[in-house]
Amino acid sequence: MSTPAEKHAFRVSGETALTLVAFIVFFTALLAWAFLFTKPTIEQSARAEKMAILNQILPARLYDNDPLADTLTLPPEAALGITAPATVYRARLSGKPSALVVDVVAPDGYSGNIKMLAAFNAAGQVIGVRVVEHKETPGLGDYIDPRKDMNKDRPWINQFNQVPEDLSAQQWHVRKDGGDFDAYAGATVTPRAVVKAIYKAQQFVKTHRQALFAREGAAGRSSPQTETRAQ
Amino acid sequence: MWITRDEFKDIAYKGVWKQNTSLVQILGLCPLLAVTTNLVNGVMLSLATLLVMALSNFAVSSLRHFIPYEIRIPVFILIAAALVTVVDLLMNAYLHGLYVVLGIFIPLIITNCIVLARIEAFAAKHPPVQAASDGAMMGVGMLWTLALIGALREVIGSGTLFSGIDLVIAGAQPLHLMPADYPGLLLAVLPPGAFIVLGCMIAAKNWIDARQAAANLNQPAPVGAAGSH
Repeated sequence: MSTPAEKHAFRVSGETALTLVAFIVFFTALLAWAFLFTKPTIEQSARAEKMAILNQILPARLYDNDPLADTLTLPPEAALGITAPATVYRARLSGKPSALVVDVVAPDGYSGNIKMLAAFNAAGQVIGVRVVEHKETPGLGDYIDPRKDMNKDRPWINQFNQVPEDLSAQQWHVRKDGGDFDAYAGATVTPRAVVKAIYKAQQFVKTHRQALFAREGAAGRSSPQTETRAQ
Repeated sequence: MWITRDEFKDIAYKGVWKQNTSLVQILGLCPLLAVTTNLVNGVMLSLATLLVMALSNFAVSSLRHFIPYEIRIPVFILIAAALVTVVDLLMNAYLHGLYVVLGIFIPLIITNCIVLARIEAFAAKHPPVQAASDGAMMGVGMLWTLALIGALREVIGSGTLFSGIDLVIAGAQPLHLMPADYPGLLLAVLPPGAFIVLGCMIAAKNWIDARQAAANLNQPAPVGAAGSH
């Protein structure tokens, strides 16, 4: 048996809880509406942003297809440093393979992973690299990102745009280690990690380029949208 | 329902100067310290916060008669968090360039106690238009303060001004105010630099207020002088 005071307390707490639930339902509905309303536009912007990065390393004259739709999902691959499945974007000119863009991760930066996007031509030769994510020391190792590079005319990362085809394994090092790649004094760990990772990736792409360009339509076309978050 | 000129003046004076979020209430220090390493970041975070504060104050004030006093805190947080998320989504969709710059700051806004403080102290007791003005004006107060702190830290720390502006306005270039070989002062860019600059600004504000108070004592203020209360 409950007293009138207890009954009153129950009623008040019930009503208060209902009010709270009403507010939650209303604002959840608002969120759901905002999410659904903005979803197509956000996806379009994400796509445009991705295309903008691709355009920095993939010369427009090299392809006439839509690389964002011609993709391949790659399982984790030690040679590329990726530990989760990653997307490969394939560029073609009049149907012929012309370039690949793959994720490359250098695991041995000065502070953690350096995530990059690297473009390779049909022969597997590197033609461009951009750093997408890194935690290198600001003002010291972060010149690998051209936006932070003090040398705006010839950013450090552009060395990868014109790497001679016949570079030996020894030449694929920074100058300090007896190779052909420049590096700013005082910050060698970062460029060393980048050069090493790109070299390994190039070896991988050269070996597997047939498989990477093959399977047009099969794996890539079926689910191009599911991979937009792969990086 | 509407707002009178004097009411708005009073709200604006309090928000921009007398109860300035950063210099007087000393609220929201976490984003202040983390973000004001340069002018553009400070201004952008303030703009996003201004928008959220005006919206959340307006929403809470409009709904204030339906919110039971006992559960007002969870409801306030719910409203503010929902609005932050909506602003986040809308900016991502329609102002994508700006979102890329501001994206990381927007979730920070909900951790900024100034939002909840203005809801609880002002919006819950005033009509919607006044509440929205209060949110916006508190935001303006935060805006000029963070802009000044960011500008001082940027000039002293790295010798530039407006770095990062190209992410907001495509093609715009930062100004280089110091000689090309200016080594920069790392202290100004690190969090202690923010504390020192903020301390100097609080001291400057108190000095200005004290001078004005002294001037008012010497010659009696004319009747109805704006903001002299």
